[in-house]
Amino acid sequence: MTTFDDKAVIFAPATGMGRAAVTIVRVSGSGTRGVLETLCGRVPQSRRASLMILRDPANGSVLDRTLVLWFPGPSSFTGEDMAELQCHGGRSVVTAVLGALDRLPQCRPAEAGEFTRRALLNGRMTLDQVEGLADLIDAETEAQRRQALRSLEGETGHAVQRWREEIITAMALMEAAIDFSDESDVSDKVIADGLRMAESIRDQIESELRKPQRPERLRDGYRIVLAGPPNAGKSTLLNRLARRDAAIVSPMAGTTRDVIEVHLDLGGYPVLLIDTAGLRESEDAVEREGIKRTQARIADADLVLWLQAPGGEACPFEGPNVLVLGTKADLGEAEASMSVSATTGAGIDALLALLQERAERVFASGEGVLITRERHRAALQEVLLCLHRALEGDAEGATELVAEDLRLAARALGRITGEVDVEEVLDRLFSGFCIGK
Amino acid sequence: MLSPSMTYDVIIVGGGHAGTEAAAAAARMGARTALVTQRIETVGVMSCNPAIGGLGKGHLVREIDALDGLMGRAADAAGIQFRLLNRRKGPAVRGPRTQADRKLYRRSIQKLLREQSGLTLVEGEAERLIVRDGRVYGLELADGRVFATGAVVLTTGTFLNGLIHCGEHQEPAGRVGDRPSLGLAQSLYGLGLPMGRLKTGTPARLDGRTIRWEQLEWQYGDDEPELFSDLSTRVAVPQIACGITYTTPEAHEVIRANLHRAPMYSGQIQGRGPRYCPSIEDKVVRFADKTNHQIFLEPEGLDDPTVYPNGISTSLPVDVQEAFIRAMPGLDQVRIIRPGYAIEYDYVDPRALDPTLELRACRGLFLAGQINGTTGYEEAGAQGLLAGLNAARLAGGQDGITIDRTKAYLGVMIDDLVTQGVTEPYRMFTSRSEYRLSLRSDNADERLGPLGEALGCLSRERRTHFGAKQAQLSAALTSLNERTLTPNEAALRGLMLNQDGRRRTAFEILSYPTVSWADLTRIWPELQNVPGRIAARVETDAKYAVYLERQDRDIAAFKRDEDMALPDSLSFTSISGLSAELAGKLETVRPRTLGQAGRVEGMTPAALTLLVAHAKAAARTKVSV
Ligand SMILES: Cc1cc2nc3c(=O)[nH]c(=O)nc-3n(C[C@H](O)[C@H](O)[C@H](O)COP(=O)(O)OP(=O)(O)OC[C@H]3O[C@@H](n4cnc5c(N)ncnc54)[C@H](O)[C@@H]3O)c2cc1C
Repeated sequence: MTTFDDKAVIFAPATGMGRAAVTIVRVSGSGTRGVLETLCGRVPQSRRASLMILRDPANGSVLDRTLVLWFPGPSSFTGEDMAELQCHGGRSVVTAVLGALDRLPQCRPAEAGEFTRRALLNGRMTLDQVEGLADLIDAETEAQRRQALRSLEGETGHAVQRWREEIITAMALMEAAIDFSDESDVSDKVIADGLRMAESIRDQIESELRKPQRPERLRDGYRIVLAGPPNAGKSTLLNRLARRDAAIVSPMAGTTRDVIEVHLDLGGYPVLLIDTAGLRESEDAVEREGIKRTQARIADADLVLWLQAPGGEACPFEGPNVLVLGTKADLGEAEASMSVSATTGAGIDALLALLQERAERVFASGEGVLITRERHRAALQEVLLCLHRALEGDAEGATELVAEDLRLAARALGRITGEVDVEEVLDRLFSGFCIGK
Repeated sequence: MLSPSMTYDVIIVGGGHAGTEAAAAAARMGARTALVTQRIETVGVMSCNPAIGGLGKGHLVREIDALDGLMGRAADAAGIQFRLLNRRKGPAVRGPRTQADRKLYRRSIQKLLREQSGLTLVEGEAERLIVRDGRVYGLELADGRVFATGAVVLTTGTFLNGLIHCGEHQEPAGRVGDRPSLGLAQSLYGLGLPMGRLKTGTPARLDGRTIRWEQLEWQYGDDEPELFSDLSTRVAVPQIACGITYTTPEAHEVIRANLHRAPMYSGQIQGRGPRYCPSIEDKVVRFADKTNHQIFLEPEGLDDPTVYPNGISTSLPVDVQEAFIRAMPGLDQVRIIRPGYAIEYDYVDPRALDPTLELRACRGLFLAGQINGTTGYEEAGAQGLLAGLNAARLAGGQDGITIDRTKAYLGVMIDDLVTQGVTEPYRMFTSRSEYRLSLRSDNADERLGPLGEALGCLSRERRTHFGAKQAQLSAALTSLNERTLTPNEAALRGLMLNQDGRRRTAFEILSYPTVSWADLTRIWPELQNVPGRIAARVETDAKYAVYLERQDRDIAAFKRDEDMALPDSLSFTSISGLSAELAGKLETVRPRTLGQAGRVEGMTPAALTLLVAHAKAAARTKVSV
């Protein structure tokens, strides 16, 4: 993994995107003063909450009326100049603020753990404090990975993965033209092929970025997947949880006949409960497809609740996000860390409390789908910029510059899809061309 | 304890490309140095193809030359066909290459070594390292002689437990005609080093007098040869052309029919071979739809009938080799002088090395060349040079030096080796460097010359030459920065710039893709006094200026992480919060800087943050004691 440029101003929401009335967006870096001047017109008095109007610098429109706190360095959390924007007004406002920040040239969304790392580098933290935070950063990284996986579901996600593949191929072609130009299997045509590929990626990204942002599906709830063998009591538990009127947001049938999604609101945090009922009941093709889907759901779940009836099948999954829950506690004891009975209601409140605590933990680490999306947008914009440059030059005369821009494009795309390593490019190259005279 | 018959500051084992550079470098640094090798007459032998340089590799040779190494000068003396690869592409990716007369090359390396003061050549086989408490004290030869020394550089190439395969036939050897190194291999296993097995191969050698050259196409060298060394002034010997032939469908048929007799396919070979240097049997299998492969017929010397057929490395049995080779145009009556073969050998996992090329498990013991899992003369030579420098510094009680990724291909290679390890023989490509536009073959001396001067490894001749060139370069830059034009003035002289009223220096004007040096000399005739080579250098910097600025920012970020040292005493397994898997990986690599740690596979932001904290804590305690 590469480490990050520490000159940029970084920003991220610091509190959850739940129902909480305010979302704090933190900003840090030596250019923070300029960011405040641009967004609020001036820098407020330090360490005082000042009510200010945030405007979009692109068109002057009002984004929000916001409490702004200004902490000049070095006595701030990170030791740098920092600001906190306490936005109200729900996710659309926060989205707009994050978007405006991202469009400022000196700003970019923070990477996982980056505020902490800056604090550390500036001597604002002790080793003990960092060790305490490492878990949190890990959780943040993990939450981000899951978040990314989620937002990469569906069409756009497939497209991003495809672009990664294509960019590797384009690089392999260009690198072949450079490093193996004396090989007979590498003709001059490869440069044109590589450029055509870069052009196609550019066009695809351009049209993707032009698409209006789709209305929110509640993608950023805390995701809990109920899993377990048939008859473990999944549906009963689901119904039981859903029957708590206060908690229900909207029960609805899932997109597939075998998945039910229920939205709950636990202590202000959106929670998405997914029932994978009906699995493993038959061996037919539809069924296998269902299992595949379940596995995908488990991969991006925040929590997998494996329901285990007394004497039932043991949980095949392992990990910090797997919780074995004994069911039918009225009928006997299962090997589980916690047991409930949907019939008598025993243990249900404890379960809800536990779920709420888990959800809180994730939301408290401050990441949400909005920043993920912002991060992706920023990365795609940069990919686009690099591809434009790659395509502008005189490719024949300056293949190495085209290659350099492709490398930078891949690096930007790698922030979404995972780094593109030279080895991957070389692999592609050696499997496509017969090299070695 | 045996009584040593002789004491040296530094002892180099192996007279290949790594060993000769190491020996010469140590001696240049003033260390009393011995080069121990099995046979003095094979010092400087090219085991495989008779060529030096190429893309990435040519860059390495220039870097060796910048530190006053031997390879560039020897290649210039022995070069019989110089070609600058990628001449039509930009300067960053141009790589000098030459075919070398095998005998002349070897002789010229041997001559340079004989002329080097402070260096003794010793014929003999190193059999056993004398090691106590994790430190090397001496070396014992197979004939019983014992040398005392505190610094040994091992450069034994493909010799450790070397095993040759040719069809069903197997034979222990270091390369054809040389004994393998068994005792020394045992000595290394005794140190408990992580070791593995790799393989490489070479084609048959042909008798040029039995080739029908008249049926072939030709490839010639460049009209204006590009030499390797800054100290060379001209091509030393007559130049030759190479023939070009092709494999044929019949040749492929022969190979396919005999695949079961190829050690690679019969399971007889375990070691991993390079993806970029496949045997012909591999090519035929993997690229089954290709009906022919181009083969270069390269004469091995001016007065040597041996021809090296580049592109048909093989370990098929001799009768099969003869059959498929004779199915190629021009070769129907060819006589094989020596069949091709594959060789398997032991290497040491380079993650056991510090970036100084010293083994962590045995202080004073350095490894360089193929023994570290690389392949190629240039890769070996460059490592040998660094290991030799560091061995001499160790002998002189100085700290080891390292060269980072932003400075040289040498630095890229060593960082890749010690951080990532190898899964196949490692070869240099320009694509391995993220700073490719900065690491060019035309500025190797500027990148490394100052380091060479500071270390004291440059001869007086080299220093004088380097100083003069630097002076010319800075004079040229000054005159370009002193001369300026407004867009209007430029337009009057036929140059179209942005009409923004901004006055630009000649250097900035030169950065326009449409403006050439010749345009500048039309405007400012006095610039004609700038020597051609210097002008070309300046023009390159100007053309890349925008990209280089961007790259400089990356370099600054890189350096920041690279400057944060991780303490030697840091135990990764005892850092709370690191996963056992990652801690294990970090223990294998033992990164010395935060930057290097970041390049270890599987690194996470949390782990990096923890390492920063530990580095900071260590730095604080260091200051307070
Ligand atoms: C069959 C074959 C095929 C190859 N194919 C390719 C290829 O296709 N492409 C490519 O780039 N490179 C190829 N090479 C590799 C290239 O030859 C080596 O990478 C390069 O020579 C390595 O240099 P070195 O200095 O590490 O070792 P070498 O050049 O192998 O030198 C080793 C030296 O150590 C000496 N030595 C060994 N053991 C002892 C001992 N115990 N005591 C004293 N002296 C000892 C030997 O006599 C020899 O002088 C090939 C090599 C071989 C043998």
